[in-house]
Amino acid sequence: MKYYIAKRAINVLLIVFAVSIIIFLLIRLAPGDPAITMAGEHASAETLAQMRTKWGLDKPVIVQYFIWLGHALRGDFGQSILTHQSVLVELVQRFPNTLELSIFAMAFATIIGVLAGIVSAVKRYSFLDYTSMIIALFGVSMPVFWLAIMLIMVFSIRFDLLPTGGRLGVMYSIKPLTHLYLLDSLLELNFPAFLDALKHLILPSLALGTIPMAFVARVTRSSMLDVMSQDYIRTARSKGLNEKAVVIKHALRNALIPIITASGTEFAMLMGGAVLTETIFSWPGLGTYIVQAVSARDYPAVQGAVIFVASMVALVNLIVDIFYSYVDPRIRYE
Amino acid sequence: MKARKVLNSSNGRGLVAQARSEELQKSANKNQPRGGKSSMKRTLVVALVLVLGVSLLAGCKPVAKQPVTFVFAKGDAVELDPADVTDGESVTVMNNIFEGLVRYKSGSTEVEPCLATSWDTSSDGLVWTFHLRKNVKFQDGTPFNADAVVFSYERQRDPNHAFHQYGKWEYWGWCFSEIAKTEKVDDSTVKITLSQPFAPFLSTMAMFTMDVVSPTNCNQWKDQWFSHPVGTGPFSFVEWVKGDHVTLEKNPNYWGTEPQIDKLIFRVIDDPSSRYLALQKGEVQGMEFPNPTDLPKITQDSNLVVLSAPGLNVGYLAMNMGADTPGFQKPFGDVRVRQAINYAINKKDIVDQLYKGTATPAVNPIPPTLWGYNDAVQDYSYNPAKAKELLTAAGYPKGFKTNLWAMPVSRPYMFDPKAIATAIQADLKQVGIDAEIVTYDWGTYLKKTEAGEQAMCLLGWTGDYADPDDFLYVLLDSDAAKVGSAGNVAFYRNPTVHALNKEAQMTTDFNKRVELYKQVQQIVHDDAPWVPLAYATQTLVFAKNVKGFVLYPTGDYHFDTVSFETSK
Repeated sequence: MKYYIAKRAINVLLIVFAVSIIIFLLIRLAPGDPAITMAGEHASAETLAQMRTKWGLDKPVIVQYFIWLGHALRGDFGQSILTHQSVLVELVQRFPNTLELSIFAMAFATIIGVLAGIVSAVKRYSFLDYTSMIIALFGVSMPVFWLAIMLIMVFSIRFDLLPTGGRLGVMYSIKPLTHLYLLDSLLELNFPAFLDALKHLILPSLALGTIPMAFVARVTRSSMLDVMSQDYIRTARSKGLNEKAVVIKHALRNALIPIITASGTEFAMLMGGAVLTETIFSWPGLGTYIVQAVSARDYPAVQGAVIFVASMVALVNLIVDIFYSYVDPRIRYE
Repeated sequence: MKARKVLNSSNGRGLVAQARSEELQKSANKNQPRGGKSSMKRTLVVALVLVLGVSLLAGCKPVAKQPVTFVFAKGDAVELDPADVTDGESVTVMNNIFEGLVRYKSGSTEVEPCLATSWDTSSDGLVWTFHLRKNVKFQDGTPFNADAVVFSYERQRDPNHAFHQYGKWEYWGWCFSEIAKTEKVDDSTVKITLSQPFAPFLSTMAMFTMDVVSPTNCNQWKDQWFSHPVGTGPFSFVEWVKGDHVTLEKNPNYWGTEPQIDKLIFRVIDDPSSRYLALQKGEVQGMEFPNPTDLPKITQDSNLVVLSAPGLNVGYLAMNMGADTPGFQKPFGDVRVRQAINYAINKKDIVDQLYKGTATPAVNPIPPTLWGYNDAVQDYSYNPAKAKELLTAAGYPKGFKTNLWAMPVSRPYMFDPKAIATAIQADLKQVGIDAEIVTYDWGTYLKKTEAGEQAMCLLGWTGDYADPDDFLYVLLDSDAAKVGSAGNVAFYRNPTVHALNKEAQMTTDFNKRVELYKQVQQIVHDDAPWVPLAYATQTLVFAKNVKGFVLYPTGDYHFDTVSFETSK
């Protein structure tokens, strides 16, 4: 088992390394560069040349890559061209925002999705089945930003229940220890802030979690249907177990593998930052950070962010793989 | 013993099942609610619910005595050093924390004393002596004096200055390269020496780049200085949660008029429609740059007030007159052709349909909010018949083929260049001119137009400082028409204009300069190197009860005059 994890860990490193080369080249292939983007109409040939030298952009690409790699291996992802801040510091500040939102969105997606999937599978071809699947289809088809604006207009403006965006109301202040506001406010025993942060999380999680929810629901449904037609389910029923025990203890437990795969994949994708949701709800997460960095051609920031995201995705996949063995003792890794 | 063995083995299902049900019985008995334990549990649960419920209510009701807070929705700042920033979002925050030696008069482009109470110029125009205001303190308590001014400026200019390494100081190179040295004369007097006379200097001194920073603070924070700004202005910095908000609070020791709000919060909302939603709900009391498609709804909303005025910018079509450039085409050397094109383009339609009410049609190269604007200049009307007449007179009765370059990116003075190019192309077709639309990526576009590879191009300019020199010299003077690095992409070289521009740069007599620039505008109009298209307006929206906000043509936001009207 340990041997397997070690092998997988090395795999992750190789993937991240390959990603770093790819993104390094890709962002430099895009037309324009940070000097032009900043200078705009002020740009004359001399100013641009000066700016490029200051940022080391005049060296050949390969040289630039190895300079960057040398620093990165020592933990220094460089300075953002736009903000002059350390890229790593900025990423570490932004990531918990995305993490908190992703966790909540996935919680919503998994709970509702699995429930909907189970209900659909158990009461196949019933009204509930069709309704859940139509809602799932709706969730997957609606553009996220439209859904987000609709949620704001209904719950925030029309019914004045929830805030329109941001992470926290302006009158509250939380000492940022982990940057996960719910955790930090509890640690401070600041309950009003805790509730306010929670209120701010609801709408974005709903908007963001709708697509994963639909996906999880469908996977649950098909996986459950598959399992429920197995022989051992028939045996369990004939043994006299009540239906609830059959479904939950036996069927669901065995149907979990594909569901975990689906949830894990969706969660990994959410870690990359959900740009549209973050934009509408003014949620300062990784997604908007990356988009802004790309627009400004902020090479160090784009690289650092993409590698960070790639590592997170690979890590989540690794954890999901390890989790399998707890769910299904038959799975052993050689 | 036997029983235990049976229990531990997985054989003998029946026995296992029996043993299990016995165990279940035992544990069920254990869980039988005994009076005391469960009621305690119940009270605990009730108590917890009550606590949560109370804190929920506590969170809902606003605290009784709140400081007067004004929340403004805008994009995020990039960094908080006034001399290192190049973007408008950062400048907005800077303008409330910092001040310079001079500043723009409220809502105007004229300059008035600020941290300097008066100034003198030497007879050759090279040495400017500023007399500093006394008894002014920085927000960290340290005194404002000549040393602070010298520090703020020399760190940008001198590569050997200890602080130079911490910033890029781009604007110094763009606008202040004529400053040779800043020196202290005594604690309240500073001498700035220029390498050549430059009358617009005073206007450039009102720019954010020349705001005075606290040297003590800079030296304390060194390269982290960008997140801990300390100035002399009406508001002090409290905190900056990146991507979320910047909080400022009233500076109790401010030397000038005390602000009427206690807390100023800039809330980061990048999406214009989300800003509008937050404003509707009352989460913010003001916002910038609404979505043009939301504007009709906003103007109808009786709870909101829309403020708009032309910004310090111009969007234009430049016609390449440089015969020494690769893109030059013979027709554009004839003034009649250029005037014909002016008559052929329906400016009003373009501004109404494509800018959707976020701009006003342009007449001169400088916007009407800038002093020196010549309102006596008569714009070319939309007159395709006259255009055809002029073209025939010039020898092109059937028109000619040419190219029209358009930017690939949205600019502040031109939201959708492609659409505007298409409209102009259609207008020109009407008079027989067949223009092919050409585009390159933004960097390449700038490089090529500076080298004169185009016949006609769309471009624009946002002014850095409120002086006509920033437009008329930078964009239309022969000095700026060097092939390969031209800011004057029409390659318009008129010796009279050049002489007038130069004279206006040398003399510090304000009225004389106004005269000179008015002449320049008339000549430029007659020579028609451009078709000036539009001045983009800056639009801000406020809640009805917000009073006292003044729109500055330069796009600066000052919140020290803002107050809330107490409810009736």
